[in-house]
Amino acid sequence: MSEVFNVLMVGVGGQGIVLASDILAEAAAAAGLDVKKSEIHGMSRRGGPVFSHVRFGEKVFSPVIDEGTADVVLAMEPMELVRWASWARPGADACYLAEPVFPVGVAAYPEGLEVEIDRLFGRVVRVELGEIRRTVPLKVRNTALLGAASAFFPLEPQHLRGALEALSPKGSFEVNQAAFDIGRDLAERQLSEVANVE
Amino acid sequence: MRTRMLSGNEAVALGAWEAGVVVGCGYPGTPSTEILEALATQPEVYTEWSVNEKVALEVGVGACLAGGRTLVTMKHVGVNVAADPLFTASYLGVRAGLVVITADDPSMHSSQNEQDNRNYAIAAKVPMLEPSDSQEAREFTRLAFELSEEYDTPIFLRMTTRLSHSKSLVTPYGDGGPERVEGPIERGFISDPGKYVMIPGHARARRHAVEARMLALAEAAATLPVNRIEWPHGFQPGSGARAPIGIVTSGIPYAYVKEVAPDAAVLKLGLVHPLSRTLVESFAAEVETLYVVEELDPVIETQLKAWGITCIGKDAFPSIGEFTPAIVAAGLGIEVEPLAEPSDFEVLPRRPGLCPGCPHDHVFKELRRKGMLVSGDIGCYSLGVLPPYSAMDTLLDMGASLTMAQGMDIVVPAEQRGKIAAVIGDSTFAHSGITGLLNAAWNKRDGLYIVLDNGTTAMTGMQPNPMSGERMGREDSFSVDYELLARSFGIPADNVGMVDAYDTVGISAAIDALAQRSGVRLLVVLGLCLIEGQKLKRVSKLDGKKAVRQELIYLHPVEGTK
Repeated sequence: MSEVFNVLMVGVGGQGIVLASDILAEAAAAAGLDVKKSEIHGMSRRGGPVFSHVRFGEKVFSPVIDEGTADVVLAMEPMELVRWASWARPGADACYLAEPVFPVGVAAYPEGLEVEIDRLFGRVVRVELGEIRRTVPLKVRNTALLGAASAFFPLEPQHLRGALEALSPKGSFEVNQAAFDIGRDLAERQLSEVANVE
Repeated sequence: MRTRMLSGNEAVALGAWEAGVVVGCGYPGTPSTEILEALATQPEVYTEWSVNEKVALEVGVGACLAGGRTLVTMKHVGVNVAADPLFTASYLGVRAGLVVITADDPSMHSSQNEQDNRNYAIAAKVPMLEPSDSQEAREFTRLAFELSEEYDTPIFLRMTTRLSHSKSLVTPYGDGGPERVEGPIERGFISDPGKYVMIPGHARARRHAVEARMLALAEAAATLPVNRIEWPHGFQPGSGARAPIGIVTSGIPYAYVKEVAPDAAVLKLGLVHPLSRTLVESFAAEVETLYVVEELDPVIETQLKAWGITCIGKDAFPSIGEFTPAIVAAGLGIEVEPLAEPSDFEVLPRRPGLCPGCPHDHVFKELRRKGMLVSGDIGCYSLGVLPPYSAMDTLLDMGASLTMAQGMDIVVPAEQRGKIAAVIGDSTFAHSGITGLLNAAWNKRDGLYIVLDNGTTAMTGMQPNPMSGERMGREDSFSVDYELLARSFGIPADNVGMVDAYDTVGISAAIDALAQRSGVRLLVVLGLCLIEGQKLKRVSKLDGKKAVRQELIYLHPVEGTK
């Protein structure tokens, strides 16, 4: 149903996908919307791909996003973005951390990964790890990416901020807030550059 | 701020707490684990990780007979372990409510099979509720306690992976947060041998009581609010006009039905066993085409067909794997937009595996290098079958590594004898490996049994176990002494050893030394799980635990290796 907004978050274990998706879901709830989210724990997490589906809108029934219907894909890793690309609707927006986490036994990715990403998605925000690391620790790269992807969400920044404050682990709100803002600024800069070129 | 976004598992714990649950017990297993972990944070409730599911259910039956509302949690295959007490607990009935969670795993995200435990409800003659989202998980848990007491029966609440691990909003709490009620049953055991001592004479009488209660419940199911009909907008039942499509469904598939067919007539079953024939027949009479949308086995469909109700079920919907909205839409003949051309970019696979730096990586490498046949077991170590180790030849169920190795050893030709090793984790060893070890010792078998002790139940997210020195809530407890255990089983001291998981040379030498001996041989490879290590560090327990484990290795080296 078109009035539900679908966000797919993907990455590999330990990158903070679950917390980032919790924050988004809480923000949507704070905005007065119905929300469901879904992820899988257990064996599939041990080094395998990790994903979280977040859906919000007036009324949400299914906690899972169907293939071909995600409005935004947030990826903590470039290959994971391509792996899940078929979950995106045509022209969906994407936001990704351009820092490969190679599978065991892989030293390099095939050529053309980033070109493929640009081809597969509508608007694309690409975040370099260095851009985050300059100001905040690596640990909060998940909230930085959430901040970047938030440029695509139909949610007021105050709701995201509130959720970030409520769900940040003890004593880490400031640094998470800083990371979120860095991501959001990056995305806004990139998107306005694209708009200017066009 | 108290969040209202709860996972299905957290919502079950909340519902149980609100219902005044006194005891919570279970054995960890994905996707059920987080229920007890959430309940364990509540001081009013006694919680334990039991040694295994059979033990958990027996503790639960005792607790409910003593008058405390009790929640017992396990994954679907755990119910196999608990099946023995389950089938007769059905005859005993309860005093205070007894709710058993079965968390099924359609698509086998973290399991060795895909069994549909609604079949257990039928076979054991135990009612079963199945919620569709977190708020229902909360409400149905409270209702389950009430039905259990009203109908004098243990009751199942069936969760599935998708329900357990998805989050949705629960209804707002009052100003003071959620409210806990006291169950109506007074504490104290009241002797009633005819009901609680299941010798054949008593069981024959109770058999009739079981039948009567299930019939009474089936009758009540016709008007139970958790079984509800949702008519299409503007539709008047009884008007003679029929709704074009009617769907009987329950659990998470209900959410998919509402997503793809918001205008269909729906009979949503909250109580999936027993079913109300009256209710289903009256619904079927109002619709043109009747569908049954259920994941896995055709449980509801088979019952409807036995009643002579025409319906479409597994002809249109798969019986293997989880549903998605798209699968439900396809089964109902609803057109969905075709998917875009898939990317032909080469996406490299990312397989699950032991964590980088896992202490037990060396053992698997050694076993493969030595060309051993490895009889494996459940848990993280099942990942030993995947590259780069490719070091596992069998895996069946909890504890089967030791016992299957015994069976093989009886039959294999001489050249394969001495080449078989059983590999099991510490929690699995305590769960049902110890009985296998006893079986081998008692029957004078030959075999090399290796416990990979990482100090925790790692695969399910770090729960304590009888080998780890802690119980629920990181409370200190004792840990089983492997050497004393082996000695009490009559296993000679020379056949028992402990080795450091990082001592690659020592592991190799220990396997070689033990391979030369005859009889039952027990090798314990001690290497603390890295994730558990971080957790222990946070509570200042890491150094103490490491010291104890070093001491074990020092005290029990394998003879002839140093």
